[in-house]
Amino acid sequence: MSVPLATKGLAAATPSFQIANAWHVVPWALALVFYFTAGGYLSLGTHVLIMILFTLSLDLALGVAGIITLGHAAFFGFGAYAAGILAARLSNDPLLGLAVATLLTGLFGALVGMLILHTAGVTLMMLTLAISALLAEFANQAHWLTGGDDGLQVGRMAPLFGLFRFDLWGHTAYLYALAVLFLWSLAAWRIMRSPFGRSLDGIRQNPRRMRAIGTPVWRRLVVAYGLSAAMAGTAGALEAQTTRAVGLGALGVLASGTVLVMLILGGTRRTYGAFVGATVYVVVQDVAAQIDPFRWMFVVGILLVAVVLFLENGLMGLPEAARRVLRGSRSRSGGR
Amino acid sequence: MADTALSVRGLCKSFGALPVAQDINIDLALGSRVGLIGPNGAGKTTLVNLLTGTLAADAGSILLNGDAIDGLTPEARVRRGLARTHQINTLLNESTVRDNVAIAIAERDRIAWRLLRFRQDWRRCLEEAQARLHELGIAHAAERTVAELPYGEQRLLEIAIALSLRPSVLLLDEPAAGVPSLEAHVIHDALDRLSADIAVLMIEHDMDLVFRFAREIVVLVQGRVLTRGAPADIAADPQVRAVYLGRRAA
Amino acid sequence: MLDVTILLDGLAYGMVLFIISVGLTVTMGLMRIVNLAHGAFAMIGGYFATMLLGAGLPFFAAALLAAVAVGIVGAAVELTIYRPLYRKGELAQALMTFGLTFVVIAALTTVFGTGIKPLPIPPALNGVIDIGFRTYPTYRLFLVAVGLVLALLLWLLIDRTSFGARLRAAVDNPRMARAVGIDVNLLFTVTFAGGCALAAFGSVIGAALLPLEPYYALRYLVLFLVIVGVGGIGNFKGSFVAAILLGIIDTGGKFLLPQASAYLFYGAVIILLLLCPHGLLPAKSAA
Repeated sequence: MSVPLATKGLAAATPSFQIANAWHVVPWALALVFYFTAGGYLSLGTHVLIMILFTLSLDLALGVAGIITLGHAAFFGFGAYAAGILAARLSNDPLLGLAVATLLTGLFGALVGMLILHTAGVTLMMLTLAISALLAEFANQAHWLTGGDDGLQVGRMAPLFGLFRFDLWGHTAYLYALAVLFLWSLAAWRIMRSPFGRSLDGIRQNPRRMRAIGTPVWRRLVVAYGLSAAMAGTAGALEAQTTRAVGLGALGVLASGTVLVMLILGGTRRTYGAFVGATVYVVVQDVAAQIDPFRWMFVVGILLVAVVLFLENGLMGLPEAARRVLRGSRSRSGGR
Repeated sequence: MADTALSVRGLCKSFGALPVAQDINIDLALGSRVGLIGPNGAGKTTLVNLLTGTLAADAGSILLNGDAIDGLTPEARVRRGLARTHQINTLLNESTVRDNVAIAIAERDRIAWRLLRFRQDWRRCLEEAQARLHELGIAHAAERTVAELPYGEQRLLEIAIALSLRPSVLLLDEPAAGVPSLEAHVIHDALDRLSADIAVLMIEHDMDLVFRFAREIVVLVQGRVLTRGAPADIAADPQVRAVYLGRRAA
Repeated sequence: MLDVTILLDGLAYGMVLFIISVGLTVTMGLMRIVNLAHGAFAMIGGYFATMLLGAGLPFFAAALLAAVAVGIVGAAVELTIYRPLYRKGELAQALMTFGLTFVVIAALTTVFGTGIKPLPIPPALNGVIDIGFRTYPTYRLFLVAVGLVLALLLWLLIDRTSFGARLRAAVDNPRMARAVGIDVNLLFTVTFAGGCALAAFGSVIGAALLPLEPYYALRYLVLFLVIVGVGGIGNFKGSFVAAILLGIIDTGGKFLLPQASAYLFYGAVIILLLLCPHGLLPAKSAA
């Protein structure tokens, strides 16, 4: 009996993680078009790419594996500071810095995961908050290493591959970030679609069921958490290398909240959910740049409340939500 | 005893001052069909939880195919060949019926760690899952999500998943619970078709099912084994009647 | 004498934390909802009280009025936007209440500005009292006294009244409670309002220890959640013990190792959470 290989993706209820291949070209083509037409907005574009990567990392930990973390910025910040410190003290080769920061953050994430992933629910949430607070406190105090309150200034990175200088207008930076995002996206999609990813999804849905089929739940979650941390660390390292500055804001509770918003806005477990969410958020934030940080909190807060109450599957879920509403109204008007 | 699949000796467990398992001894030979009955609160599900490792026993030993499994985590015991179904459906509700089984097969075959070169192996899991669903008569629902499935078919899925682990010992926790009596025969038929290599311990309240299915019955009361024997003997036993009906033994 | 200072200061601090957090542990245990906006309600109470004090009201009147006002606001919020959350799962609840906190912070800073908002203690509490072997600030002793009195009153309420019995029943088994005719919805609203009111009260009387500033709701949220987590969700006595314990640890850390006090505190929290994921004291009932 033959069985179709392309079953309904990771979770049948939500649309598949597989988009017809041709459409994949669109977002990346758009990104390249942006490169050529952006003008002064190129550095904003780089920031968007970095935030997409950060959000994608959270999708792996939270969206797929169901690890409710309110402190994911800890890994972003860890990667940022690691890359920054490396550049200042050891070598300002960008790729080396990127690789080392990614690895270190991944290891850190795995260690933290080993410690806290025995727990779940509210206890886990609080542990992620506590770890994040600890790290922020350390960054604040270790002035000699992190610059403390003043932050870290990162010198200019060496040319990429020895050839491409990091120019003032951010051309190299943008393509650098785009390439890194592309590679990590491929990896992330592969992870999420693999049997490993499916088992993570299973753990999210019902850990008890997964234990009953012999899944070593804790071990698997630790690996997922470590991978997610590594990804977030790469994003942080990119931020440090391209903006040449690292501050305490990278680690704080606001940053963790922001990435949550970006993910929920776009929709979890969607191939391009993280992309849509991060882009929309950063663009809207930039357009509203004149507004002071507290008015901005208002917008973020309202967004969160609205999305949770009305848009359960994020922006990527709008088409279905619209279809459901249309079907509902049609049946109401057409019946009896 | 080479063909004793499961051997339990002196299993004890108390929650504070409340004993829930007292000196329980049970042997399950390969191919055996044992029914575990007893009034509510007797500790039947507790016993299953002790066997699977979800609950840690205070004392006693459990041997699975001759090996001691006392210190092992529930996951490890599953890998050694001990599978269970749950009294309340414990399924991946967002996933399809076939995926529920396929994931279990992937776990069994240790494919679940793979990040590379998994297409072929996953396809095999899907194919085997489809076959398993066919065995239990729910192949037609393969692509539906669990949430869309009627309750009786969900119970069958529970059994399908447990069977796909190729266990040597299968613990069924009230497989027909909550299934409307009109649909229950489907479950009964599925249980009849269980392979002869598996040792099955079934908790049930449905006496028709127990007496039809079991070749030996163990009666549990307040954590203690009251008596055991062939179905006919248990049915005639005045002690058992008293426990269920509350009259003093004749 | 440092130890006594640490003990008493820690006790006072713990009492404030208890008064604010007790509402959270009861509602999280009762409604099983992850409410990250609890700090925001406390904050509203504090800021509102500064307005009342500015208008000339005496300290205690302001504290009580603020509590009542926030209680009403809490009831309104529960009836409207919290209701749909009950069936949505922990993540959705965390996100929405997190968002709500942001909205509250933004609203309050628009009205009150972004600096620290001082809340002056009444002159009666401003001095020192002779407690035998030394003198000690009246204010802190007052906090300890108020905390003990409130704890006692709450315990009596929960343990000795029919309201408390209904509350406990609903925490243990909401379905059964409904089946025996307990109006669980009304109970939710009243309890939530009460929790918010207590939080507001605690915020006002404790403003000298937990200063009112824009990030109040987020900064101390961790503390409140930690007390709930360490004490056990829904565990009233547990939250009392946890609040005192953590209050003393934090104060002790600040005195003995000022540089490392945050590490000590969060480290203790992590250890406590890992050792007792279900809380310090045994749960009163099955979840």
